[in-house]
Amino acid sequence: MMHMIQHLFIEQSLVAAFAVIGVVMWISLVISKRLTAGRVHGSAIAIVAGLVLAYIGGIVSGGQKGLADIPVFAGIGLLGGAMLRDFAIVATAFEVDVVEAKKAGLLGVFALAIGTVLPFIIGVTAALAFGYRDAVSITTIGAGAITYIVGPVTGAALGANSTVMALSIATGVLKAVLIMVTTPMLARFVGLDNPRSAMAFGGLMGTVSGVAGGLAATDPKLVPYGALTATFHTGIGCLVGPSILFLAVRSVTG
Amino acid sequence: MTIFGVALLSICTLVGVFLGDLLGVVLGVKANVGGVGLAMMLLIAARVWLQKSGALSHGVKLGVEFWGTMYIPIVVAMAAQQNVVAALRGGPLVLVTAVVTVTACFLATALLGRIGRERPSDVHDEAEVERGGDIISGDLIPGAAPHPSARKA
Repeated sequence: MMHMIQHLFIEQSLVAAFAVIGVVMWISLVISKRLTAGRVHGSAIAIVAGLVLAYIGGIVSGGQKGLADIPVFAGIGLLGGAMLRDFAIVATAFEVDVVEAKKAGLLGVFALAIGTVLPFIIGVTAALAFGYRDAVSITTIGAGAITYIVGPVTGAALGANSTVMALSIATGVLKAVLIMVTTPMLARFVGLDNPRSAMAFGGLMGTVSGVAGGLAATDPKLVPYGALTATFHTGIGCLVGPSILFLAVRSVTG
Repeated sequence: MTIFGVALLSICTLVGVFLGDLLGVVLGVKANVGGVGLAMMLLIAARVWLQKSGALSHGVKLGVEFWGTMYIPIVVAMAAQQNVVAALRGGPLVLVTAVVTVTACFLATALLGRIGRERPSDVHDEAEVERGGDIISGDLIPGAAPHPSARKA
């Protein structure tokens, strides 16, 4: 019986992955609502759960690819692999309202530029301080400080190793979680109570789930303004991460 | 037809990634240079063009937006296949980078948010903006009416 189920999961790997990720998302949303009163966004909990499952998978299999190294969960490797990941990221660009983006004007552009460069510099500085010396790893860790999407996209484009990729994602995820938890507490202090500052906030913070969760917990009507610039943020990060920022780092490290 | 949307997304992705590969060759980087970002720009341009020519049908939207709603689950699957066991050795790096980054960005928000604060911000289509956020966060079924909370806000 167990053997038959095992065989089914291996044969229907991608279909099984949809079910597994669906269950993880559902449990995460329940935890988000019941245990954190919606303060920690369900998607952030799900991503952390994914990382925990990857840890368990890594311990059990002794492999490099987390849960995907366990044969019954091999479909996770396809669902979360580079092909479908990039496909879904491109799809999010469809939600960018060009008229709004234009009206956000200089402030939005300024926030996006700072929100890309400032975290990157901090990430690069930290990577250097912790002993990383090759341009690919330094850039990937720096990009992870931009968002948890920019990090792995940059790392994948540059051919970073899985360890650095996981560090990069973990940094981006921790950043998202910190934003969600601290935004309601710090909103008054940083003057986050109007659409303009929400747009600046989205551009600076970047990470979509972090910004959406943080603003939702602060003032729901600010969410679209922050999400608008944040949606641009990942695209810009994905564009400049493996290109301009990598070339800048490489020109310094040699 | 839904497949037109999925195909549009595929073509934008393929062309973007191909251009990224070409750019990599031109720049002498042994990598895809910004292919995903270029693909996103192509899709934004395609959407604007379809809207102007009145060809942005429900099916096309559904095809693209379904994949937008799958963004977070796919990111969860991506997280589940990372080498977390090895990454935990770099614990302090992750903690220091994330905490310093968020602190710095909050300070920058305080500064930027105060620039031009007196100017009122008017939005030409608030419901549409809300809808986009809902779709990416997976809270809205593609093609459906805006979320009730969108109207409230």
